[in-house]
Amino acid sequence: MKLVDQFQHGLDAPICLTWELTYACNLACVHCLSSSGRRDPRELSTAECRSVLDELQRMQVFYVNIGGGEPTVRPDFWELVDYATDRQVGVKFSTNGIKITPERARLLARSDYVDVQISIDGATAEVNDAVRGPGSYRTAVTAMGNLAEAGFRDFKLSVVMTRQNCDQLDDFAEIAERYGAQLRLTRLRPAGRGAEVWNELHPTAEQQRTLYHWLVANGERVLTGDSFFHLNALGSTPLPGLNLCGAGRVVCLIDPVGDVYACPFAIHDQFLAGNVRSPGGFAEVWRNAPLFAELRGPQSAGACGSCSAFDSCRGGCMAAKFFTGLPMDAPDPECVKGHGETALAALGPGSVPRPSGDHSRRGRGPGPVPVQIGWAPPAAGLPDRACDTSPLTGLAAAGR
Amino acid sequence: MSSFDPDLPYRCAPSVSLRPEPFGALAYDFSTRRLSFLKSLELVKTVRALISHPDVHGALDQAGVPAEQRRAYLTALAGLAEAGTIQPR
Repeated sequence: MKLVDQFQHGLDAPICLTWELTYACNLACVHCLSSSGRRDPRELSTAECRSVLDELQRMQVFYVNIGGGEPTVRPDFWELVDYATDRQVGVKFSTNGIKITPERARLLARSDYVDVQISIDGATAEVNDAVRGPGSYRTAVTAMGNLAEAGFRDFKLSVVMTRQNCDQLDDFAEIAERYGAQLRLTRLRPAGRGAEVWNELHPTAEQQRTLYHWLVANGERVLTGDSFFHLNALGSTPLPGLNLCGAGRVVCLIDPVGDVYACPFAIHDQFLAGNVRSPGGFAEVWRNAPLFAELRGPQSAGACGSCSAFDSCRGGCMAAKFFTGLPMDAPDPECVKGHGETALAALGPGSVPRPSGDHSRRGRGPGPVPVQIGWAPPAAGLPDRACDTSPLTGLAAAGR
Repeated sequence: MSSFDPDLPYRCAPSVSLRPEPFGALAYDFSTRRLSFLKSLELVKTVRALISHPDVHGALDQAGVPAEQRRAYLTALAGLAEAGTIQPR
């Protein structure tokens, strides 16, 4: 059996998993996958988090990707990181940089078991802050400077690819190089608040082609978390990685209240497999949840089965389909052959699922919540590049 | 990096953790944060046996790798040495 088939049937334990520790966040990014903002009163306690980590150690999960919300705002965050690494469970945590002080950076640089991922979504403050909120670029750059200064090599610089930043690929690579970081690019998913902005922010068909060729040219130096396998149909060189949907097979998500979902991009009742607080804990959910059994079984390829590109893209991303209202056996909404576009156009009103959870901060509040998506009127000054057109430009042409 | 020499003693790198799986094992290197796959049970046995043999051949013997597959296994082990999963001792 080929390795990829083996993975298709699931592993005894996930290779890595994503654990969102809190829904609290100091930012309010317009595309937040988990619709984060406010802490949920039901979030796992320190003791409960420790017992999840004990379980991950027993299952020999090599590392956990901790995110949120902004995980570092949890008062017990650093304690939990130490607890994990003391048990040989590596931690990579994703942060906007708010708590990465020079002193903290020095502590982090000492451990082989901790990796840090700083998020920016624009190579310039203008492009970044339009999505992540005012001041967020400066916060991230300060954090990267602190890590570099502390000698933390190869931390990750993580970028969600959007219509506005796709033309900044070389600039991102340059920033990563400047700070001794490794660049990681991931796909914009229409999950959480991302569902509201996906139409305007997802890359055009032309940008997808550029991205694919750029990724092929840069090979394994650029990480992608396997997020762009739907682009493989664009050429004969597959992108590095497993190139399969790992949902419930090799990855999954634990959310702040202990709910286990098939993947980090699928926080919705439809993909809820169980909760770590139930008897048997996480291991029981991973091994025996009916949803995971279903995902590990044969999947219908639907209309994609007859497409010449099916072997390279395997129908694309389950979450991207679901949150745009497409059935699971439909083409990916960003299908490079344009079939997704056609399928989306055929959807009736009300096809897009309603979100099943939302922790966004209410009202305008003190936070940097952009009330409207997209750009301020041109008079207010547009970003200098990549954005000198309306965010809707190219939408009609996408996927042709 | 020196090239792989099966006449020398090797070991699984101390920063590498092996997790058994039906197909072989997953190997994760905590220092390079790279995941790799040991795609057969015999390869896993070989990697684990390296520490107790004066050369790689002894470990292949212990793991029961048949003679006709030796060349393929040495190629795989050379790849693991290059990736730092195994190292000279």
